Amino acid sequence: MKDYQTICAMTVKALVDALESGALTSVAITQACLDSIADQDQAIHAFLAVYSQSALAEAAKSDERRKSGKTLSKLDGVPVALKDNMLVKGTVCTCASKMLQDFVSPYDATVTEKIKAAGMPILGKLNMDEYAMGSSNENSAFGVCRNPWAMQRVPGGSSGGVAAAVAAGMVPVALGSDTGGSIRQPASFCGVTGVKPAYGTVSRYGLVAFGSSLDQIGPIAKTAEDTALIMEIIAGYDMHDATSDSTIPADFAIIPSHTLEGKIIGMPTECFGEGLSPSVNKAIQNAAKQLKSLGAKIIEVSIPSIRYALSAYYVLSSAEASSNLARFDGIRYGYRTEHYADLDELYRKSREEGFGLEVKRRIMLGTFALSSGYQDQYYLKAQQARDLLRHEYLEVLESCDAVLTPVAPTVAFRLGDKTDDPMEMYMGDLYTVTANLTGLPAMSVPCGHVEDDGDLLPVGMSLLGAKDSLQTLLSIADTYEKHFRPNAGIRPYEQCNGGAVR
Amino acid sequence: MNWEMVIGLETHVELQTESKVFCSCRAEFGAQPNTNVCPVCMGLPGALPVFNEQVLHYAAKAGFALNCNVHHRSRFDRKNYFYPDLPKAYQISQFYKPICENGWLSVQTSQGEKKIGITRIHIEEDAGKLLHDEKNGTLLDMNRCGVPLIEIVSEPDMRSAEEAVAYLRKIRAILTYIGVSDCRMNEGSLRCDVNLSIHQPGEPFGIRTEMKNLNSFQSVERAIKAEYERQIAALESGEEVVQETRRYDQKTGKTSSMRRKENSSDYRYFPDPDLPEVRLTDDQMNAIKAEIPVLPDARREAYMQDYGLTAYAAEQLTSERWIADYFEKAAKAAKSPVSIANLLQGEVFAILSAKAAEAEKEGLAAVEGVESLPITPEHLAKLSDLLVDGRVNSSTGKKILAEMFASDCEPEAYAQEHSLFAVSDDAVLSKAVETVLAQNTDMVDSYKKGKVTVERALMGKAMAMTKGKADPERLSALLHDALEQLV
Repeated sequence: MKDYQTICAMTVKALVDALESGALTSVAITQACLDSIADQDQAIHAFLAVYSQSALAEAAKSDERRKSGKTLSKLDGVPVALKDNMLVKGTVCTCASKMLQDFVSPYDATVTEKIKAAGMPILGKLNMDEYAMGSSNENSAFGVCRNPWAMQRVPGGSSGGVAAAVAAGMVPVALGSDTGGSIRQPASFCGVTGVKPAYGTVSRYGLVAFGSSLDQIGPIAKTAEDTALIMEIIAGYDMHDATSDSTIPADFAIIPSHTLEGKIIGMPTECFGEGLSPSVNKAIQNAAKQLKSLGAKIIEVSIPSIRYALSAYYVLSSAEASSNLARFDGIRYGYRTEHYADLDELYRKSREEGFGLEVKRRIMLGTFALSSGYQDQYYLKAQQARDLLRHEYLEVLESCDAVLTPVAPTVAFRLGDKTDDPMEMYMGDLYTVTANLTGLPAMSVPCGHVEDDGDLLPVGMSLLGAKDSLQTLLSIADTYEKHFRPNAGIRPYEQCNGGAVR
Repeated sequence: MNWEMVIGLETHVELQTESKVFCSCRAEFGAQPNTNVCPVCMGLPGALPVFNEQVLHYAAKAGFALNCNVHHRSRFDRKNYFYPDLPKAYQISQFYKPICENGWLSVQTSQGEKKIGITRIHIEEDAGKLLHDEKNGTLLDMNRCGVPLIEIVSEPDMRSAEEAVAYLRKIRAILTYIGVSDCRMNEGSLRCDVNLSIHQPGEPFGIRTEMKNLNSFQSVERAIKAEYERQIAALESGEEVVQETRRYDQKTGKTSSMRRKENSSDYRYFPDPDLPEVRLTDDQMNAIKAEIPVLPDARREAYMQDYGLTAYAAEQLTSERWIADYFEKAAKAAKSPVSIANLLQGEVFAILSAKAAEAEKEGLAAVEGVESLPITPEHLAKLSDLLVDGRVNSSTGKKILAEMFASDCEPEAYAQEHSLFAVSDDAVLSKAVETVLAQNTDMVDSYKKGKVTVERALMGKAMAMTKGKADPERLSALLHDALEQLV
């Protein structure tokens, strides 16, 4: 066992306890993470940038503060990393795109300000699908990221680097963004816990926009308890984000309980039919039994409009993206083509050369959906479907505390398996897009492993609840994890056959 | 053939808020390039707009002043197009749910009073400014990005250039009265697009063309006339008028094609997901209505009734709030409001436009508004009284006025000090007449022979004898009597 592994296997909660007791320093933790990155990330490629020096300097400052009893927050000294679509002043923010490979941000995102104000050293920026578009991290302009559970498989996406970095023990907690499942699906693929808060919980200011009405920042960590700890730091109303929602309660602290007595969990029939892999289905049914054994009441519910969700999602997210990404035009910052005869050609070639295939596909799709003559058939219809879906969810959530579904229809697939078939890739988002369309909070909780083609791979279940229910969801997940995942925090590659780094 | 022109105007007005519409940068005009900028108005990745409520307040105020239906709820939409002065590649505007609809204003023209409909008023953000420079190529100043605008769209109700200009002047008058904009066309805070078509009265409207960004009343007037003539010439020679955007060239006085409709952008308007719906409560609306001062039309009526001004004079003096305010102050202090009106419209306005022309010639920004008139209304009233009472004659009055522009001197004291009072002492005046007649016997002879026009020349000489200070009526009477006695 390598020196860093003990520290890197610890949960955020355990690290906080160790910092408080004096058993560990922030410098020791940060150095362990850097060692872990140095040892593993050549193979995994979760990080696009590592800030060794500044992270260690911040860690040293944190240790000073702790010595004088002036810590800035409970997580003061716990290192964190960010998906590379959140801005950190003075550093490059690429969105994993050639378009922004040299873009240095002149300002901090609100979440960046908050984690800095909490005294958390920033370890670096994490790999992702370009502009957060994708479900496998294969759309990164800077190379794929691998799944620490099986190196020939994808970590999921678009926050692939985030989930992989946490799963491989390179950082105890990291922030991702979720537009249609981009936190939850990679969390599920990598066996870690991922949270997509209700829309408006975490400020989007300084998050490079993909689908503005759908995007939310959220954490990935080893346990629900860990995600709750960082939610307390990053959440809250922000005057710089007009969609920030001051009515969402800011208290996310786990309410510890040994039982789920009194909790009602609904399972929509529409989510357990065609397209769901039998092994994932079996894992989710088993999780339902486990929840029931803790006292929860499991009921069957119906959300018929789920059948429109995927189409509505791809129309709306692409429409918004086509407008959001228009600013990357080669004029003021970002990639500019070398040779051009006129303004039109400057625009065309800069965008053609600067964006990757999937991004261009979505811009085309979104531009079409908003075009005059087609807007009624596509954009407006999708909005109607979204309203319908929201309505049905709210109705179902009157009779239950949480909705249980799979996070993804399959476990982590192999690199290259779906790259030629965008439709099949899109189908994988069926269970996650609903939370974004409705704006409701949802999370991915590891609920077991299945064997697939010789690899033992994690499966995640999705818990979704009413707008103000994230604390409840986190508490249900915590109770579940403490009963059925006593090993949370142990590095996954030590659990699985063969290990990640071969 | 009798072609009638049909005109609709789209007027862009920059609102005079402290800060920009979606960020807290200052919205002032004329700052050093790219000094009033931030991630939001520069459209940097990750930046988000937050609406400045002051803009809503001003837009609603404009709506009420222009007799619009002001909505309790409105929403922002994105207008998507690529241009280097538009950093986000979309403009935040209001397309589907504008704040104000269905208003009107009335104008006075040579044909009398006319009501012109206003279709809608919506809020939007201004774009940046491209500066073309031979040495550096094209440079971008983003200070103007995000300055709040309202766009006022008229109905196609105007039938002449005169009406269009009167409409624009009235827009400017009303908006400056309510204090939401300074409406300075030379600084771009009031800009105008003209939509124009021609038809035979009774027939449906023709195909219209649009002329964009006209930046003075004069170019609006000239562009309308030029485009009207062009469309007539086209139709009468069997050509078609096509729907397009045209540019008006001030130098040639002609319009030329910029962009055909088939090449026009599809703006792909959709609701901006970054901005929630904006709302105005009844209480807020009532508070805004209560802030609206007496508007130009009402003042014009009052000037005609209370002061006996002509409709034309009253319209002129209410064209800008500062002028009306100034006039009212001076009129209250003076014996004759009509004399104040005459002074303002005559000598004072002449000096103001001469100064503006001079500044333009030297490439300086003209001083506008009340600062351009450095004379206290009380002093102008005093000068008016001196003239009305005949204590100074009109040519001396001009001299005193010029000095008042220079130093805002008290006119009576100045006249005293420089002994400029009119000479109306008959003894002095008769002496002058006698002397002039004695020195110009040849002219007196001509007069005797019936060439009465020499009387004017003799009058001039007599006036000169008094160093221009004579009461002209009295002097003229004495001269005339003297000449008649000689005949």
